[in-house]
Amino acid sequence: MIGITCYGAYVPRLRLSRAAAAQANAWANPGLLAQARGERSMANWDEDSLTMAVEAARDALAGRNTDGIGALYFGSTTHPFADRQNAGLVASALDLPESISSSDFGGAQKAGTAALIAALDRATAGRPGEALVVAAEHRRARPGSAQELQYGDAAAAFTIGNSAVIAEFLGSHSVSVDFVDHYRATGQEFDYIWEERWLRDEAFQKWVPAAVTAGLEKIGIAPGSIHHFVLAEPVAKLSALVAKRCGITETAIADSLLGVVGHAGSAHAPLMLAAALQKAQAGQTIVVVGFGQGCDVLAFRTTAALGELPARSGVAGSLKRRKEEKNYPKFQSFNETVSPEKGLRGEANPQTALSAMYRNRRMLSGLVGGSCTKCGTAQFPPADICVNPSCHHQGPMQPYRFADEAGRIKTWSADWLTYTPDPPAHYGMVEFERGGRFVADITDWDLGKVEVGQPVRMVFRVRGRDAQRGMVRYFWKAAPLAGTGEH
Amino acid sequence: MSSGIRDKVAILGMGCSRFGERWDMGAEELMVESFTEALTDAGIGREQVQAAWLGSCMDEVNIGKSALPASMALRLNNIPVTRVENYCATGTEAFRGAVYAVASGACDIALAIGVEKLKDTGYGGLPGLDVGSMPPLWWPNLSAPGVFAQVASAYMNRYKVPRDVLKRALAEISAKSHANGAKNPKAHLRNPVSCDTIMASPMIAEPLGLFDCCGVSDGSAAAIVTTPEIARSLGKHPDQMVTVKALQLALSNGSEGGYNDWDGSYIHTTRVAAKRAYAEAGITRPRDEISMFEVHDCFSITELVTMEDLSLSSDGGAIKDVMDGFYNADGKIPCQIDGGLKCFGHPIGASGIRMVYEMYLQLLGRAGERQLKNPRYGLTHNLGGFPHQNVVGISIVGRYQ
Repeated sequence: MIGITCYGAYVPRLRLSRAAAAQANAWANPGLLAQARGERSMANWDEDSLTMAVEAARDALAGRNTDGIGALYFGSTTHPFADRQNAGLVASALDLPESISSSDFGGAQKAGTAALIAALDRATAGRPGEALVVAAEHRRARPGSAQELQYGDAAAAFTIGNSAVIAEFLGSHSVSVDFVDHYRATGQEFDYIWEERWLRDEAFQKWVPAAVTAGLEKIGIAPGSIHHFVLAEPVAKLSALVAKRCGITETAIADSLLGVVGHAGSAHAPLMLAAALQKAQAGQTIVVVGFGQGCDVLAFRTTAALGELPARSGVAGSLKRRKEEKNYPKFQSFNETVSPEKGLRGEANPQTALSAMYRNRRMLSGLVGGSCTKCGTAQFPPADICVNPSCHHQGPMQPYRFADEAGRIKTWSADWLTYTPDPPAHYGMVEFERGGRFVADITDWDLGKVEVGQPVRMVFRVRGRDAQRGMVRYFWKAAPLAGTGEH
Repeated sequence: MSSGIRDKVAILGMGCSRFGERWDMGAEELMVESFTEALTDAGIGREQVQAAWLGSCMDEVNIGKSALPASMALRLNNIPVTRVENYCATGTEAFRGAVYAVASGACDIALAIGVEKLKDTGYGGLPGLDVGSMPPLWWPNLSAPGVFAQVASAYMNRYKVPRDVLKRALAEISAKSHANGAKNPKAHLRNPVSCDTIMASPMIAEPLGLFDCCGVSDGSAAAIVTTPEIARSLGKHPDQMVTVKALQLALSNGSEGGYNDWDGSYIHTTRVAAKRAYAEAGITRPRDEISMFEVHDCFSITELVTMEDLSLSSDGGAIKDVMDGFYNADGKIPCQIDGGLKCFGHPIGASGIRMVYEMYLQLLGRAGERQLKNPRYGLTHNLGGFPHQNVVGISIVGRYQ
């Protein structure tokens, strides 16, 4: 049996109040007020599609041995790099073995489902090892546009394999149609969008339902037997149109998440699939439709193994980990749709030493330090000579990954002087319970709530952006757990 | 077994520029200002200086690399001049170079000069440091107040000190230095400031406000050193001679930052260097024997914990001593009698030598309005880097006889 073996999801903690954003722009476009309901997810300044992909993958892989992963596919239309493999960096952050194949999937909103199909085809072809599929999107929109309210940032992840399958793959069907409701040319910052009526009438009333019907016939599924119909509708109510035309029960239509997340582009269908898996019972049929210059139709049937999967955050957990943001200028600043004052200190911009980054890639991307082979002290960064003052043993250390180690804030400050896109910069000594410590950036903090002894979780984030050279530097930061409902 | 530096080296002359926002001067002119005073004080000509050590820290501004700017600005006689840099302890490092050269017998008269021209940046506070290729890839964007504020968080946690109690003690520390600095014509900030003003100042790095931070200034300081015998042959009476009693440096080796032991509430290396310095100087009861001291009060919290690290206050006892006025000008052991970094600002290369300059003036009875009664030993403490990895320089100077 081939299919999904685990799933995970990630939605950033910040949720922009649509009312706040609409009111800020209503002076120019009062029509936005009609969409001023609910909220959309909002990446922190140090999050992008890559960091969100890592978080979703960590959610999926929690407690699993990753040695058996043979491939990593990363679907997105907002990969941070056009020519540096994003999937490879995700693999590094997860500290996967380097003996895997990795690929980026992009270019359309169906990049997420395309990556899933590629992984399923890989399994069908009998390639060894599981494939990890991640899809993530950090969608930027022009200030004051309706898309600012409609888009969202999120990620989902799955492993595809042939044992302990939680959702058996029943088959897929794809069509490719150069239907352009919106596009973003290479080098352009923002999407160019046509009216929704065009999208609705020409795609969702015509060729999308036709493709779904063809797919269900090909796979051999009666429309009325579907329990979860997962269609990542770009705007509300389009799934219902398709379901009706295809004979799919209205109650099977999966929650679009548009009201609480917004539309997360190519990650949206995978995100909805992860949500469906979190809700589903064994023996249920899930049909997923990815849309974008054609569509992908995939069908799964959940198995008894779904109930045995260890608990995970998933979409429900991510949605619970929520902080409302009503500050629209902050949203603009985090999304770099405005260019706020950085101060003269913000000018500092050292070149990134690619050679140093490569030499230390397990340390920098994987948060791998060392464990002394003599005294067992876990330490970061790794070094030739043990840091324990009563040991100082010299010799190669055992690699020791800190990413999932429990840590606490030992010392901290909130610094208004140094440059950060989100003042005050929080940083401090993070101490790991099983040994090791270092001075780390603190992210996802609540002003006035950080304290000594607070438990933290390490997260892979943007350390800095070098706009002059187009480099994004990543490293791990400490995210406080207390005060965020994550004890 | 080494015999230490005690009484092997005498200070022949010292100089210190006026510290401040010297928009009118570059580093070269500042060096000439302190060097000229030191030469006059020593009563020698520049051709008698046989070797020199230049302390300057910030390549990013200031005078760039190498010791050439000092050799050229001071028109030294093609002598060996060495540039040293050891973060904010750079001044003490330059002093150490000159003192060790004389003590070794390699030369008779040596110069230590420190200088920093900071106010060529366009903004307040220290310029950002270039830290090499790797740190920018994983270190936070550390600022000096941000890293020293870490100590406050750990101190409050260790001794269960409420934030307002700590803030109040820190304000007393800054107010005391301002009161002292007001009496010093060479200080940058010469205005008394009340504790209320200090505590109401804008937040810089929790819990440190603006007045918990030292000033940022341009300045230079210089010391000319020789042996006590040569000093005597040049006309210095042994009664009027200040010698080096101890000179110690201690550097972190990564344990504070990487091994789960240090709790962040003190500076480990200060304790190490202080212990060695007291032993070298033959001091066994520092709280009774030290007459005065200049510490690295880059931030008020640094001064507070340094009082404990130097064994002058007991662990957790510095707040009480501060509130009791123990370290005030009229207290038992005056601290920052010249106004400290708080009022002089911190032109990095110069600060360590500036501290020695005040101890030297006090020991010779030349400190004017600030003069203390019959001081015996003066200690300077110069700290560079971060609480978790740093360089600490401690010197103890005193009358030769």
